[in-house]
Amino acid sequence: MSGCAEVADNGAAISVTGITRDFDAGGQVLRVLHGIDLDVTAGQLTYLVGESGSGKTTLISIIAGILYPTEGCVRVFGTDIYSLSDRKLVEFRLTTIGFIFQQYNLIPTIDAASNAAVPLIAQGMDRLEATDRAHAMLERLNIGDQARKLPNQLSGGQMQRVAIARALVHEPRLVVCDEPTAALDAKSGRRVMDLLRDVAVASDRSVIIVTHDNRIFDLADRILVMEDGRITHDGTEVPTLER
Amino acid sequence: MIWIAIRMLTGDRQKFYGLVFGIAFSTLLITQQLTIFVNLINRGATAVHNIATVDVWVMDPVSRTQDVIYPMPSTALDQVRSVSGVAWAVPHLRANAAVRTPDGDLEGVTVVGIDDSTLIGLPPTMIAGTRDQLMVPNTVFVDGVGRTRLFAEDIDPIGARLELNDQRAVVRGIVDVDPSFTSQVVLYTRYSNALNYVPGTRNRLSFVLARAAPGVTPEELVRRIESQTGLKARTRTDFAQDGVDFIIENTGIPINFGITVVLGFVVGIAIVGLTFSLFIRDNIKQFGALKAIGVHNGKIRMMVAAQAGLVGLIGYGLGVLMATLFISIGGATSVDFKGFYTPWQIPLLTLVGVALIIFATGWLALRRVLKTEPAAVFR
Repeated sequence: MSGCAEVADNGAAISVTGITRDFDAGGQVLRVLHGIDLDVTAGQLTYLVGESGSGKTTLISIIAGILYPTEGCVRVFGTDIYSLSDRKLVEFRLTTIGFIFQQYNLIPTIDAASNAAVPLIAQGMDRLEATDRAHAMLERLNIGDQARKLPNQLSGGQMQRVAIARALVHEPRLVVCDEPTAALDAKSGRRVMDLLRDVAVASDRSVIIVTHDNRIFDLADRILVMEDGRITHDGTEVPTLER
Repeated sequence: MIWIAIRMLTGDRQKFYGLVFGIAFSTLLITQQLTIFVNLINRGATAVHNIATVDVWVMDPVSRTQDVIYPMPSTALDQVRSVSGVAWAVPHLRANAAVRTPDGDLEGVTVVGIDDSTLIGLPPTMIAGTRDQLMVPNTVFVDGVGRTRLFAEDIDPIGARLELNDQRAVVRGIVDVDPSFTSQVVLYTRYSNALNYVPGTRNRLSFVLARAAPGVTPEELVRRIESQTGLKARTRTDFAQDGVDFIIENTGIPINFGITVVLGFVVGIAIVGLTFSLFIRDNIKQFGALKAIGVHNGKIRMMVAAQAGLVGLIGYGLGVLMATLFISIGGATSVDFKGFYTPWQIPLLTLVGVALIIFATGWLALRRVLKTEPAAVFR
């Protein structure tokens, strides 16, 4: 059973203790995560790297509060997120977590500023005020001049920057990114990551990125390597073989 | 979030127009067919509606409607007049005849014989001619159907001669009435003339039209006439309903129109359901992302409801507008649609149908969105 009743809060920004996750695979139980323990401190850019199927997406989904673990405890800035009711957990995500997806998942029929304003609008902020704030965030990401354009009028790098603006506009304390550079060329990917590092990393915020793009490994403060549902390396660099 | 939902919908123009078209077409079909149906069955009582001053229709006990008649002996008129509470009573004849038109063609007509002295039974509005011209010997008035069916468009029917039962009849007026259920030509003439125009049997009196004296209700008069004369009497309202009921019970019209209305509903479900499901499929990742970001299911429900509601509102409005225009233009340009109108109950009924379509298709679409797990956006 998941829960943090018997786990003391150690003060880490993200605290993951004994996390396992099983999936049903045609009647058989498939264990994808095997008792993961992990603490992440604020102010760091943390990478989760590993091969496909290593469990990194499952782990980040659990940390982000969108996938219940089979067992274990997840605390995000002191909150035992899986002890919250469904509704409270959704509200927690809305106020505390920012998401950046591999395929951006922007709404194609509203402009960049409105896309970036979605979390604020979902929180109930007036649409014009939310769009103004989103516009300011787009300015910080150097695409303020693209604010009125629809996603299909933007390049991949620009769309990812809009997605970053959407993830940061409500000033979340945790930002989770899934392969943010996978759909971008090397130059755009590098530029997006530079911006993300500049804008997202703050002393009171954690940023966790799932990636296997080795071109951006040098930007990480910490790199966790996953294999077969376990963290096999924890350091500031990826072991040579992984590179 | 509703603004975002609406923009999601209207931004995908093809699907938005597809959805609006589906609802509009469905609304048009349901409203138009129900309107035609209601107006058509109401024509089973046009003869009653066309004579507004009559309180009670008296007839032979086996007569059922304005067109299903067993004639009475002429003495029935005196019997009715002798009933206390009758302000006045006049004879009224309705019978079928064949008329030879000016160009030698033969046309089946209904001859209506109205009281010689008072002209009670003659519809109040004239398109051409004046009511008193009916006093001229051998005069007939035609209705709008007769105007178009007996005469070419460029021929003025006033003064034209017709031949009925080897008798000469001269057209001296056109009356403004709604056509009968069968859209048969109706000729109005005085009762005494009608007896000559219609091939005879001994009894010729179709109805006695009566008016209740002040202080006597039509229902009370009906009761008195039936008990004192042995004849059948119906209030104006009841007799009109008898005509409508007769058509419903004895024709396949309700089934035929019912099938079309159901088809309209099914087509609406099919078009809207399919398009809405495609729209949701295309936007499922966005909905998933919204759920991951922290938009709870209540707001997602509201978004889908707003999308469905908007489509329903616009489609319904357009559909009702098109149906109303169809009926209005049809009524203004074709004698077959003359007098057609859309009763307020029909758009209301259609609204219920559209709401069902929207609810069913919206619910199906919503199920898919709600079943989407937020974690799916990371896969």
